[in-house]
Amino acid sequence: MAAAVVALARSRNLFAVIVLGGIYSFLMATVLVALDAVDVAMTEASVGAGMSTVLLLAALYLCKGEEAKPVRKPWLSLAAATMVGGVLVYGTLGLPAFSDPDSPIHVHVAPRYLNDALKETGVPNVVTAVLASYRGYDTLGETTVVFTAGAGVIALLRRRRRDARKEDVS
Amino acid sequence: MRHDLVLRVIAKILIPFILLFAVYVQFHGDYGPGGGFQAGVIVAAGIIFHGIIFGLETTRRVVPSALVETMLAAGVLIYAGVGVAGILLGGNYLDYFVLSADPVAGQHRGIFWVEVGVAVTVAGVMLKIFYMFGGRGQDPE
Repeated sequence: MAAAVVALARSRNLFAVIVLGGIYSFLMATVLVALDAVDVAMTEASVGAGMSTVLLLAALYLCKGEEAKPVRKPWLSLAAATMVGGVLVYGTLGLPAFSDPDSPIHVHVAPRYLNDALKETGVPNVVTAVLASYRGYDTLGETTVVFTAGAGVIALLRRRRRDARKEDVS
Repeated sequence: MRHDLVLRVIAKILIPFILLFAVYVQFHGDYGPGGGFQAGVIVAAGIIFHGIIFGLETTRRVVPSALVETMLAAGVLIYAGVGVAGILLGGNYLDYFVLSADPVAGQHRGIFWVEVGVAVTVAGVMLKIFYMFGGRGQDPE
């Protein structure tokens, strides 16, 4: 994954960048499988590696395949990114150890989900039970966000088309 | 790409299986990994695959733009409708226990329809974005 990221940052050919992005997503999906998060891995593989790659290729079809050389060296951005990364790493030091059974997230509602989800919802996949039932409002919100994204794309691109037609007439 | 025989034949063989897999992911989401989001994306991927191989115009005939736009809103409405159905049957919003005489079966039913709503919206949005980007600069429509 580190190699993919370095190649991503160095490459100037946008086609290569898109393919490398897909490779990165697939590697991320395998990491998630290794962490036993199969649902998330599936989403990452289909959305990150599949759908984004296709949409980016469609966007690439509309523009040039080479990234322009930056006007000046982005040292300031590099410094800011390093600093934010450092702060985030410093923040992780305060988190409980990985797979610690006594960490707060594992003693709050998770035991109830794991123990009672099958009895209460009749759905063996706890992820689905939490997503659709216990956290139903959140998922409704997410669906609305997806809908809003689609509506936004329609609103933006369609108006431009109508404007172009108006100019043709006048 | 229109004249690429191998691609066209392979696509014709593969697309039904992609769609079938999406249906499996959708309805088996209760028992294994999967669910509405993943199934919706896989459906859209299958149709976009069709669009890339056979051209956008052919795909627009198979899956019309109007249908895609309807799907966009219908999914959210199905999801919200499940919530309203909960209210009408005497529970809270998005309360699935009242959807059936047996509370557990009610939960199952609620989750099923909610997942259907998610899948429909996700597939609709993905296809719409693809249509919008793919159609730019080609047809004045």
